[in-house]
Amino acid sequence: MTTEDFNRVSRRTILGASAAICAAPAATAAVPASAAKKPGAQGLLPVTLKVNGKHLHLDLDPRTTLLDALREHLRLTGTKKGCDHGQCGACTVIVEGRRINSCLTLAVMHDGESVTTIEGLGTPEKLHPMQKAFVVHDGYQCGYCTPGQICSAVAMLDEIAAGLPSHVTADLDKVRFSDAEVRERMSGNICRCAAYSNIVAAIRDVAEQDA
Amino acid sequence: MKTFTYERATSPAAAASAAADRPGARFIAGGTNLLDLMKLQIETPAHLIDVNRLGLDRIEPTDEGGLRIGALVRNSDLAGDKRVRSDYAVLSRALLAGASGQLRNKATTAGNLLQRTRCPYFYDTTKPCNKRKPGSGCAAIKGFSRNLAIMGTSDACIATHPSDMAVAMRLLDAQVDTVSPDGTKRIIPIADFHRLPGETPHLESALAPGELIVSVTLPKPLGGTHVYRKVRDRASYAFALVSVAAVFGKNGEARFAFGGLAPKPWRVDAADAAAKNGAGAVAEAALAGASVTRHNAFKKDLTARTLASVYAQEARP
Repeated sequence: MTTEDFNRVSRRTILGASAAICAAPAATAAVPASAAKKPGAQGLLPVTLKVNGKHLHLDLDPRTTLLDALREHLRLTGTKKGCDHGQCGACTVIVEGRRINSCLTLAVMHDGESVTTIEGLGTPEKLHPMQKAFVVHDGYQCGYCTPGQICSAVAMLDEIAAGLPSHVTADLDKVRFSDAEVRERMSGNICRCAAYSNIVAAIRDVAEQDA
Repeated sequence: MKTFTYERATSPAAAASAAADRPGARFIAGGTNLLDLMKLQIETPAHLIDVNRLGLDRIEPTDEGGLRIGALVRNSDLAGDKRVRSDYAVLSRALLAGASGQLRNKATTAGNLLQRTRCPYFYDTTKPCNKRKPGSGCAAIKGFSRNLAIMGTSDACIATHPSDMAVAMRLLDAQVDTVSPDGTKRIIPIADFHRLPGETPHLESALAPGELIVSVTLPKPLGGTHVYRKVRDRASYAFALVSVAAVFGKNGEARFAFGGLAPKPWRVDAADAAAKNGAGAVAEAALAGASVTRHNAFKKDLTARTLASVYAQEARP
């Protein structure tokens, strides 16, 4: 590859292309079984997931994590693979209303359950309030952790609204929004660019809109 | 990940029976620890028995005035339960001090008790580890041992048990309720549940092959002031260097359990007996017979100081 070729393949064009894939209706169609991984000893297992409101059927190797099912089989590449060990939070999605690390769970364990990914929260034309707030407050630099941050933040505000305490809650029965609560509750989402102060500002903005 | 076969269990007894029938079978609940280790091929089960849909996800009062916590109750649900918050606050506090919001939404009560150690040499498959590969040796004892155990260790292993929840369970004298492959039920006091390493650090609990935890039962509430103090390298989302769970009662009586110090939640009768004499006396009693390395000797001072902080927190109005 020449320098000229290299320059032509910029990060922006790659991001643009992947954004286009995300936006395409085909993104939510299951990939044919032939594209699935080589089967394990037991072969492929049928799994039905309700992803972003759509019932989808997959035949999966039991080893397939929910993260790989979303990215590799459903082509929903908004959810990111960071560490793949539950340490970074880039893979955070909302399953049955609760945020989890999609890398540390098998897709087959979630048969019949509903999953919300970043693609299901909002669209480029109609952003979710949390997506809009991250843009307004510049809550990212490289953006790789952002889908996980946003899914995590949306579900985290629901946890506060439900009165669930955290490590920094002084009285376990009096749960209130604060920046300290956000920092503690978002500690499972790492941002290597350290956009933390702007992430907190974005989340506070949404919490104040809700209040 | 190595290949495995998968089944979804239909009842606790069926799950235990299935585990006995299949060599290399493991139960999977939250999966947050097991799948991590399977990706690293430290755990290589041939068969996974999914116990998530067994209905063991309820918290119910017992006739004795305590609480029976289903094995599948998620850490976040247990921490947030109103009865746990008001009557067993040290348990809520311990749970909330562990892991991240996402992990607590998935991790279960039984799975948390069965967490494997976070010793870096257990995780590093290029190094000897008697826990991972019995008889291979221990790279930790002369290695980087800052996070590792100073109590209950052996020449074969100095790994710590990583759980915060288990420390509170030990403090509260919880009982572990199980079902065996032949359908027999038994109750294991938490004090007897985790094993010390001795010559067999790969054997970590009192569970027999195929035996399944169905619930963890708490005795009636102790009352008093509940404190859980965890000291770690970051303010959040890190394992304990030292943690102290305490319940202070009347007349200066108190009980203590410790995390980050030992291969199991650490509790010493003599430490509870020393409660009236203050943090220093409790630390001395709790740490009698400590075996330290040059990297983790600081844990003795840190334990005493953490206890002092716990006493100060208790004294606060």
